[in-house]
Amino acid sequence: MMPTVIHENCSGCGTCKLVCAMENFSAVQPARALLRIEGRFPAPGDYQIHFCDQCGECADNCPVEAIVMESGVYRVDQALCTGCMICVEVCPKGVMVEQPGSEFPAKCILCGACAKICPRSAIVMPEAVTA
Amino acid sequence: MYGYAGTILRINLSTGAIEKQPLDETMAEQYIGGRGFVAKLLFDELPRGIDPYDEKNLFIAATGPLSGHLVPASGKTHFGAKSPATGGYADSNMGGHFGPALKYAGYDVLVLTGRAPAPSYLFIEDGRVEIRPADAYWGQGALIAEKNMKTELGEDFQIITIGPAGEKRVRYACLSHDFGRQAGRSGVGAVLGSKQIKAIAVKGTGSLPVFDLKKAFEAGKEAYKKVAAKPGFTEWTPEGTAGITNWVNEVGVFPTRNFKTSFSDHYEEINGKAILKKLKITDKGCYCCPTPCGKYGHTKTKLGSAYVEGPEYETIALFGGNCELKTIEEVAYANYLCDELGIDTISSGAVISWTIECFEKGILSEKEIGRPVKFSDLETVDYLLEKIVAREGIGDLLAEGVKKASEKVGQGSDVFAIHVKGLEWTGYECRNAPSMMLAYMTADIGAHHSRAWVLGHDMAGAWTNVHDLVSGGGTVERQPQAQIKAESARYVIDSQHTRPLFDALGICRLQLMELGFEVENYVELFYFITGKKRQLGFSAGAVFHRTHPIRSQRGLFYPQGENGAAAGLVLRGQGLGCQWASHQRHPGSPGARRCGRCTEGRRRTGRLIF
Ligand code: SF4
Ligand code: SF4
Ligand code: SF4
Repeated sequence: MMPTVIHENCSGCGTCKLVCAMENFSAVQPARALLRIEGRFPAPGDYQIHFCDQCGECADNCPVEAIVMESGVYRVDQALCTGCMICVEVCPKGVMVEQPGSEFPAKCILCGACAKICPRSAIVMPEAVTA
Repeated sequence: MYGYAGTILRINLSTGAIEKQPLDETMAEQYIGGRGFVAKLLFDELPRGIDPYDEKNLFIAATGPLSGHLVPASGKTHFGAKSPATGGYADSNMGGHFGPALKYAGYDVLVLTGRAPAPSYLFIEDGRVEIRPADAYWGQGALIAEKNMKTELGEDFQIITIGPAGEKRVRYACLSHDFGRQAGRSGVGAVLGSKQIKAIAVKGTGSLPVFDLKKAFEAGKEAYKKVAAKPGFTEWTPEGTAGITNWVNEVGVFPTRNFKTSFSDHYEEINGKAILKKLKITDKGCYCCPTPCGKYGHTKTKLGSAYVEGPEYETIALFGGNCELKTIEEVAYANYLCDELGIDTISSGAVISWTIECFEKGILSEKEIGRPVKFSDLETVDYLLEKIVAREGIGDLLAEGVKKASEKVGQGSDVFAIHVKGLEWTGYECRNAPSMMLAYMTADIGAHHSRAWVLGHDMAGAWTNVHDLVSGGGTVERQPQAQIKAESARYVIDSQHTRPLFDALGICRLQLMELGFEVENYVELFYFITGKKRQLGFSAGAVFHRTHPIRSQRGLFYPQGENGAAAGLVLRGQGLGCQWASHQRHPGSPGARRCGRCTEGRRRTGRLIF
C-alpha cells in the first residue's frame, strides 16, 4: 500500500506538489501540497522526499481524536478538529500541513496523484493504490 | 485575468515607495508576459540616453502566463534592464523556482527603480514586501549568501542573489538562484548590484486563477506523458545540454583557444559522459520540469574541491574549449568559481581566452597582467577571475568585457575580441556555420544562442530537434564547408520568432528544441489556463536591432585552425552580407520595422503577434 520513495531519482522539480494541490484542493497552489521536497544544497547536494508513511503520530497526539484511520489512511475529521495544530508540530516528516486560507491542517490520503505524475519515477505507488 | 497573478510590484529603492499596480489587460494581450513584458516596460519607461548604472535604469523580473502552472518546465523568469555589457536592450532568462514563487506571492512582474541608500535585500512574503538591510550578506559569494539567507528565512523562500561581481559592477555579472541557476547574460547582475540590492527573497503561498481547471489539469498531465514518450526523454536527459559536446566538436563548431580553432582533442575528458562519471550526484531540474538538464555534483582539483551545478554545455565550450581546461573537474571548478563570484561563465571564459591570446601575442605583458597566463591552466583562470571580480589591476580592464577592453588595449586586439554588440559569443564557433553566424549578428542582446540556434540547418540542412540531430549524426570526419543557402535567413528568422514564444510564456524551450515536444501542445494548455484562443508559433518580438561590424573580427576572414572538421575553412563575407540584407528585409524581421539608420539605444517595439 505504501509508496516507494527513491530519493536519488528526485530532481526537485516539485511537479508532485503542484499536482497534489490540484488533485486534493483543485488549486494551482503548491503551498497546500501534502508532501515535501527538501533540497540539500550546497552539501550534500541532493533531494529528500518527505512523504507521509501513515505512522499515526498525529493521531496519537491529537487532543480531540480528530485524526482517525479509515481504510488504511489517517484522515483529519474537520467536524472534530479544533485547529490547534499540535499534529503539525509532532509530525516527524513535517507533512501535516497547515493550509493557507483554512483553519484545518491536512495530510496525505494516499491518492497516488504525485506518483503518477513524477517524471523521474522517484515516487512509485503500488498498482492497487493508484488504480 | 486567468493564468496571471494580476499584479505588477513596483519598488522605488531611492524613496522606499512600494506600489502594487494591477496588470494591464491590454499589455497582457499584446505582450503576453516574460520577455514581452520586459521589452514593453523598457521601451515605455526607460529614460533614453542614461548610463546602465544610472539609478534611473530599471531592473525587471517578469514571469509569463504559464509560469507556475502544470505545464512541462514552467519555471522560467525573464530579467531585463539597459545592459551594462552592450549599452542596449538587455534580457536574460533563468530557470529554477523563483518565477513561480513570485506568482504565488501575487506578482507577475517586479520592477525596481532608483538605488537603495545602503546594501539591502528585498523580502517578499505574499502581500508583505520589505526592503531590508543586507549588511550581513554584502560581500559574500552568491551561493554562500543564498545558503545563509535560506538558513535565516527558511527553506520555502526562493532567492536570487548577486556575488561580488555584481557588487563591483563587472559588466557581465549574473544573477544566481537555487545553487546553480543563473540569469547569466547581459550584465543584469551588475544592474542589481548598482542598485545596492544583494538579493530578492520570495515566498508565495497563494494560488493562480485558471480558466478551466479540470481540463487544464487533464491536459497538463497528458503533456507530461507526451514528453516522456519522446526518445530524447530517456536519451537526452541524462547528460543534459553537455550531451551535445561531441557532436559540436565533430562538426567543427566547438570554440577552442579563443575561437581560433574549432576542434578539441580532449573533448572526451570534458563531455557529458565525463560529468556522469566524475562529478554527478543528482539530476537537478527547474520547476515542473520533466527533463532535468541540471547535473549537480562535486569536483576536486589541485586548487580545491567544490559542490557545483553543471557544467552545462556553454561552460564546457568556453572553459573546456576556449580556455582549454583539460578535465571536467577543472571545468567544473571554474564553473564553481564563476557561480560563487556571480559572473557569467560564457563572457568570462571569452574574456580570459582573449587575455591569454593578448599575452601570447605580446600585446599584454606579464607586468601588465601580473603573471604569465596560458591556456589549459586552471591557475590562470582562477587568477584572472579573482582580479576581474575585485577590479584590481588588469581586472578592472577585463571587467569591461572584450569589446571595451580591446578598444583600450588596441594593437589589433579587436580582431580576436569575439563579441557582437559588446556581448561575447556563446559556445559556437561559426566559421563553418553561416546561419548561426547570422543569428549572432542579428541578435538584439548581442551574441547569444537564446535568440536563434540554427546549427541543424547549417550542418544537416534541416530543422530538427537537438536529440535527433546529435544521435543521428555519427562521426563526421570532415564536414564539408557549410553553404550559405538561400534559406539561411529564413531559418534564422523562424528560430528568432519561435524562441520568444517560450520566453514570453514563461516556460523552458528545451522540451521543444532538444526533444521535439511540439509547439501545438502549448496551444491547448494556453487555452485551458488563460481562456484565450491563440495560434502559437510565429511570435514576432524583438527590440534593439542593429548591425554589428563583424567584419573586423576573425570570424569572417581568418581561416580556422589546424585540426578538426572545419580546419582551414573561411566564411565568405559577401554571401553572409547578402543573407544579412535578406534577413533585414524580411517582413518578420524586427529590422524591417525600424528605420535604416538605427542608432544605439534607439528601439522600436513591435506588437507581439502570436
Ligand atoms: S515530481 Fe518526482 S522528481 Fe519532481 S520533485 Fe516530486 S518526487 Fe522529485
Ligand atoms: S499521495 Fe496524494 S495526497 Fe499523498 S502526497 Fe501524493 S498527491 Fe498528495
Ligand atoms: S530543461 Fe533544464 S533549463 Fe529547461 S526547465 Fe528543465 S531543468 Fe530547467
